[in-house]
Amino acid sequence: MALGTIDWAILALYLLFVLAIGWVSSRRTKSGTDFFLAGRSIPAWVCGLAFISANLGAQEVIGMGASGAKYGMVTAHFYWIGAIPAMVFVGVFMMPFYYGSKARSAPEYLRMRFDEKTRGFNAFTFAIMTIFSSGISMYAMAKLIQTLHVFDQPFQHMGLPQSWIFHAAILVSALVVLVYIYMGGLRGAIYNEVLQFFLIVAGFAPLVWLGLRQVGGWEGLKTSLGPTYTHVWAGMAHPATNRLGVDAFGLVMGLGFVLSFGYWCTDFLIVQRAMAADSMLSARRTPLIAAAIKMFFPFLVILPGLIAFALTSAPIKSPPSTHGVAAAHAPAEQGIIPVKIDSATGKPALDSKGQPVLDYDLATPNLLLRYFPTGMLGLGLTALLASFMSGMAGNVTAFNTVWTYDIYQAYIRREASDAHYLHIGRLATAVGIALSIGAAYLASRFNNIMDLIQLVFAFVNAPVFATFLLGMFWKRATGHGAFIGLVCGTLAAALHHGLTLPDGSVAGVKGGWILVQHIYPSEMAQNFWTAIWSWSTCFVVTIAVSLVTRAPDPAGLTGLVYSLTPKVGPEAGRWWFSPIFLGAVVLTGALVLNIVFR
Amino acid sequence: MSFDIRLPIGLLFLVIGLLLAGLGLIGDPGPLKTQALGVNIDLVWGAVLTVFGLIMLGLTRLGRHREP
Repeated sequence: MALGTIDWAILALYLLFVLAIGWVSSRRTKSGTDFFLAGRSIPAWVCGLAFISANLGAQEVIGMGASGAKYGMVTAHFYWIGAIPAMVFVGVFMMPFYYGSKARSAPEYLRMRFDEKTRGFNAFTFAIMTIFSSGISMYAMAKLIQTLHVFDQPFQHMGLPQSWIFHAAILVSALVVLVYIYMGGLRGAIYNEVLQFFLIVAGFAPLVWLGLRQVGGWEGLKTSLGPTYTHVWAGMAHPATNRLGVDAFGLVMGLGFVLSFGYWCTDFLIVQRAMAADSMLSARRTPLIAAAIKMFFPFLVILPGLIAFALTSAPIKSPPSTHGVAAAHAPAEQGIIPVKIDSATGKPALDSKGQPVLDYDLATPNLLLRYFPTGMLGLGLTALLASFMSGMAGNVTAFNTVWTYDIYQAYIRREASDAHYLHIGRLATAVGIALSIGAAYLASRFNNIMDLIQLVFAFVNAPVFATFLLGMFWKRATGHGAFIGLVCGTLAAALHHGLTLPDGSVAGVKGGWILVQHIYPSEMAQNFWTAIWSWSTCFVVTIAVSLVTRAPDPAGLTGLVYSLTPKVGPEAGRWWFSPIFLGAVVLTGALVLNIVFR
Repeated sequence: MSFDIRLPIGLLFLVIGLLLAGLGLIGDPGPLKTQALGVNIDLVWGAVLTVFGLIMLGLTRLGRHREP
């Protein structure tokens, strides 16, 4: 597949606009508040769209399409159970404390509410995590661009080796993101995220439309794939009767409560977008506006995966092993999703039953290559690029803020001028991006190390919602309680992971590295239960330790804890814009979607 | 006078929309259509994006009038 002039023009136009927005934002970035908090001046709808975009990185667009192809519509649980309720909760109940406390970051809230050690633990782990997730995201993008072979021709023309496509993809995207954040800070990132949001929708909506036409609409999809692919709740009573291999309790508690609330309510990458809002009311509306749109995203990012899978039946039916090599060369003609090639042997990867494994990550990108003609192809690739950049920018802005305020200002240089911290923030942007590039190359060399790092962060992240929840809604919670609770929650996650194993895996990075005590039907079930154990441990230990340590002084907790904060008076503006009403509407919408696709 | 993000969004979508629609109109419809399942997707989607771009630009103007 070669790109036409128009495709190149669209890609170039996008890059031009992104840089121009960064430049315009830079003219209004004069202080630390401008750079790290966008001057707390952004309207709610802009924050809301940025809130979606920052989360819409490589992992989401490619990963949700891949899960759609692998598991089916049930992937929508990651939205309708795993995102919407938590987004409503953070908007209605938690935002008053994030925004109202005037904390500049989520770790800083923990310092105001608890103490320095709790903030330090959260700030350090979060900073390292953002570097690695933006590195992994960059690696996935560069790898994808290389696999799609869209840039093969121009590189041939210039006489450059094909392996340079990988380096060029990483360098160009990193440089563009660096320039617009260096110049415009959070404001540059947020404005670009809104542009990227519209581009992602503009690039993927026609793909879904064309794909549905090809498979005969939703009805056609239902007949060709069968009910296990098109329902979200059918068979959820028992792990053996649904494609995820989880039970309803594990799903609702593990994904819907611990993981979802842990991410949407405490992850600074997300919360930072709402903290940039121009008023308390806007900050509270931000996640609600985002949720109202987010609940329709399964149709944009999961459906392409289902469609690609419906159009890919040949490679599955082809006989394995003996003809495997032939099938590996042929799938481009047979189906959308190719057979996965084992990078070590160069042969098709086979599962434990000897069936070829499909490379689900290529479901959405290959569908795009197959059905988009010149012109639309440029738009589709721009949409992919936009999603990678928005996800990366989210990590970078969160990193530079936490580094500057929660690590540099807290531990390296306490008293300095605002201009100094602004300078450090810009420097942290450059260093953060350089470190992400390093992480991307690390990922390309040692895949297992990246798995391990992601695992460790899952341990760190799972309990943290208990800390924020108790901090905001229980005035008796103490700093010692919070810190010991967090550490114990992290250890509990590691312990649970070390004692359990998903069915069909060998002990090691997948679990069971202490002793295999329990076998879960799927990796997802194991993840959900690790989260549940970790959260519960943190919750119980924080309460227990708080009760035996000295109670915090209530005078210092005004604006930080629910019961000690004066209630906001009747809100200005129309009642149908109030957070509670908006939240109720969004939850009803999500409920209706769950019922329609049950 | 604050910066309105709807202005660059409107401009970018207008330009991309016109480029796509133009390609759909004058480009060789054969390969364009066969790939896109018999729909001239460049023309159709280009028109949609053009309209969206114009709406965004219209909202930008409206926003300017309202601002004191």
